[in-house]
Amino acid sequence: MSNRRNFIKATVLAAALSSIGMAAHAADTIKVGILHSLSGTMAISETALKETALMTIDEINKSGGVMGKKLEPVVVDPASNWPLFAEKARQLLSKDKVDVVFGCWTSVSRKSVLPVFKELNGLLFYPVQYEGEELEKNVFYTGAAPNQQAIPAVEYLMSKDGGEAKRFVLLGTDYVYPRTTNKILRAFLKSKGVAEADIMEEYTPFGHSDYQTIIAKIKKFASEGKKTAVVSTINGDSNVPFYKELGNAGLKATDVPVVAFSVGEEELRGVDTKPLVGHLAAWNYFMSLKNPQNEKFVKMYKDWAAKNKLPNAKTVVTNDPMEATYVGIHMWKQAVEKAKSTEVDKVIAAMGGQSFAAPSGYTLKMDETNHHLWKPVFIGEIKADGQFNVVWKSKGPIRAQPWSPFIAGNENKKDAPEGK
Amino acid sequence: MTKTILVFLLYACSLSAQAALDAAQVRQLAAEDSSDKVAAIRQLTQTADPDAVRVLQAMADDSLYLAGGKAVIIDGDKAFDAATGAAIRVPADAESVTVNNRIRGELANALAALKLFDADAGVRLASAQKLQSSVSPEMAPLLAQALEKEGDAQIRALLTVAHAQANLGNDDPAARMAAVKALSETSSPTIKSLLLPLTDKAGEPDDKVRYEAIAAVKAIDGRLALAENLGRVFSGLSLGSILLLAALGLAITYGVMGIINMAHGELLMVGAYAAYGMQSLFRAYLPDWIDWYLPAAIPVAFFAAALVGVVMERTVIRWLYGRTLETLLATWGISLVLIQSARVLFGAQNVEVSNPTWMSGGIELLPNLVLPWNRIIIVGFALFVLTLVWVLMNRTRLGMFVRAVTQNRPMAGCVGVPTARIDTLAFALGAGIAGLGGVALSQISNVGPDMGQGYIVDSFMVVVVGGVGQLAGAVWAALGLGILSKLLEGWAGAVIAKISILVCIIIFIQKRPQGIFALKGRFVE
Repeated sequence: MSNRRNFIKATVLAAALSSIGMAAHAADTIKVGILHSLSGTMAISETALKETALMTIDEINKSGGVMGKKLEPVVVDPASNWPLFAEKARQLLSKDKVDVVFGCWTSVSRKSVLPVFKELNGLLFYPVQYEGEELEKNVFYTGAAPNQQAIPAVEYLMSKDGGEAKRFVLLGTDYVYPRTTNKILRAFLKSKGVAEADIMEEYTPFGHSDYQTIIAKIKKFASEGKKTAVVSTINGDSNVPFYKELGNAGLKATDVPVVAFSVGEEELRGVDTKPLVGHLAAWNYFMSLKNPQNEKFVKMYKDWAAKNKLPNAKTVVTNDPMEATYVGIHMWKQAVEKAKSTEVDKVIAAMGGQSFAAPSGYTLKMDETNHHLWKPVFIGEIKADGQFNVVWKSKGPIRAQPWSPFIAGNENKKDAPEGK
Repeated sequence: MTKTILVFLLYACSLSAQAALDAAQVRQLAAEDSSDKVAAIRQLTQTADPDAVRVLQAMADDSLYLAGGKAVIIDGDKAFDAATGAAIRVPADAESVTVNNRIRGELANALAALKLFDADAGVRLASAQKLQSSVSPEMAPLLAQALEKEGDAQIRALLTVAHAQANLGNDDPAARMAAVKALSETSSPTIKSLLLPLTDKAGEPDDKVRYEAIAAVKAIDGRLALAENLGRVFSGLSLGSILLLAALGLAITYGVMGIINMAHGELLMVGAYAAYGMQSLFRAYLPDWIDWYLPAAIPVAFFAAALVGVVMERTVIRWLYGRTLETLLATWGISLVLIQSARVLFGAQNVEVSNPTWMSGGIELLPNLVLPWNRIIIVGFALFVLTLVWVLMNRTRLGMFVRAVTQNRPMAGCVGVPTARIDTLAFALGAGIAGLGGVALSQISNVGPDMGQGYIVDSFMVVVVGGVGQLAGAVWAALGLGILSKLLEGWAGAVIAKISILVCIIIFIQKRPQGIFALKGRFVE
């Protein structure tokens, strides 16, 4: 009997000790949640963002942390499963008590965590280009809105250098981001005088791997008399079979250029890029940009990959959402230091107007009101080595328009989140 | 022929006597504005100077730079003045000349046009083939010149088409008429799109030419439609062969042995990872033979998956024969174990399995029908595996035993067939075949721990529709489902196609639960 009592005592004591330990631990660190899919169809894109976040946190900790406290990352894997995103977000906010979350890639995952962040008044930094039509007090968007990526890309395709395209194939994965972006693009194209018959819209499910029919359709559509271009919003690992098929079917960029909004250096690692030379991508950052900030960023990531023995550490690349993650974490740090607190409302108030010298070579500013970054736009052509050759860039950072003027009813919407 | 060679020699002599390229024109290649670059390329092309080939080739290879107000070619650690070709010191402040799609297309055509005067007929043929699309009107005189000199009939035919394209914008209606007539013989979608503007009054004022253009478009359309339908059938065939490869293993384990194997998709994954493993081994130890990793992966994948199959059968499935529901749950559990093991061993991310060079690209049957090599080879591979399975089941002692055991287990046991061992071997065979399917899948889709999940439903669909217990049924069902889903996809899009296929199958199974083919006879329980 005494044995059992001793056991209970010991357990209680151990629990008490460990909780004291945890409390002491929590006092001198700031917890940061990282919510990216490390498995499933989106892992191809999101794993690198987790690594970037960990690298940036490590960098900040080495230079003294935030307000003298070290950052402590809490990594969870929502496994490309949208409801699981909400569950994991709730776990981060209410169980792990993180002060800020960096995460999500697909818009459907962002939409699925939104109610959780609103309910628990959390703070989310979203690093990927998206379709706009959203402005939430609890979210800062460090990726591009449509006017910072999609619209300039299509304008480029219609310019003389882009090949003066007159017909457009809008091809995407079937979920909210491609559908909304294509709705905006359709309206934009119409405003530029492109007829309904000259636009073809096609969607495939997540993880689709057989692009024969679609490539054949594009070929047919392109033979109808006017210069045709493809605007691809395919997301995740479907891009590998799509580009493989494109290369094998001999559809060259000089005939039908494909401009992609979700394909960067990382996604092209698994593909033989020689047949794809000349196809395009529109982003706010490319690894091939030449400036001191970028050299530092690329070197830092390569060293990080080597140090942590990431798979294929020798050939790691950086890309746009990685840059946006990096910028987002640094801006959050600056805002916390300005607010002298990690309290969500105070940090939100301090975020507006923060600026940071980003690897894109520009000093990016968080807009005072609309929670979006001012971003420069680059259009790059794929080179044989899987990098991008910048063929067009905007004159400087552009202000985001989360409410696209090409969607009816948006004129009256306020350019600032509700309840702020 | 001798005359042609003579003409060429004379031509070559006259060219070599010419001075270096115009420095201003070469400098303009590095202009800021793309339109200036295009103008410079066109001017250089018209000089028909072989020296221009050198400069334009350098530009196409991204080795043209601008340094100190001059265009220079930098090749590794050597540098040349672009205009004169003289070697110079490598400049420190060289800025590369940006080549975008528009310039690249222009360069490809310019180079092809310049090489039309090459002495080697092979080079001329290759150039003429490249000149089959987007020929600028400025090239017309050059093409006419080349056409005049050309003796080879095949090259002449190609050049005629190229010349006709350049002439479509000619001011003379007679020249346009001749061009349209020449083009009506072709069957390429690009040429059709060139002719289309000539079919309405705004694009073509001359009535006769317009009618001719309309007729030409109609003729081309007919040929295009044929190629399109062929392409559709081929893509259905290709999808069918992939479904067949994915389902054949299951046709043995479920179809013949009656085991509902939910881990079948993971056996495909084992095969695909075996291909990845062989690729990594070849990369590390036999980099010169990297193109042959795939044939080497075939036996490895078979035995790896078969081994997993033996372990599954010996440890779990053999205790559950005749208890379908328990088997279903147990194999589903095994599938989770296998997925997690792959995650631990290879990481959660997809791994890159590249096509060997002999499987990249495609064969161009018609101008708008390119059959990719990887798909052709997979169709062939499916036939090979099918033959293998058929021979094993119908022509070997093992196959006979398997059939005997499935048809009447106690009787087979009575005449001395070791039924327990046959079960293990048959299950291993089914698993091994699934491994082979995995190798094929690694060539067209992503290889990752979850890849099997995407194929398990398709595999069961094929086996159930085909009729349980029949290999022939699986073949017909795979081809039928492949072609049907490609037809639906072409008509309604991928998402709707997937849904309607499932609806079709539900209706089909309601009407005919035994599948396309059903076993008849007393032995069916």
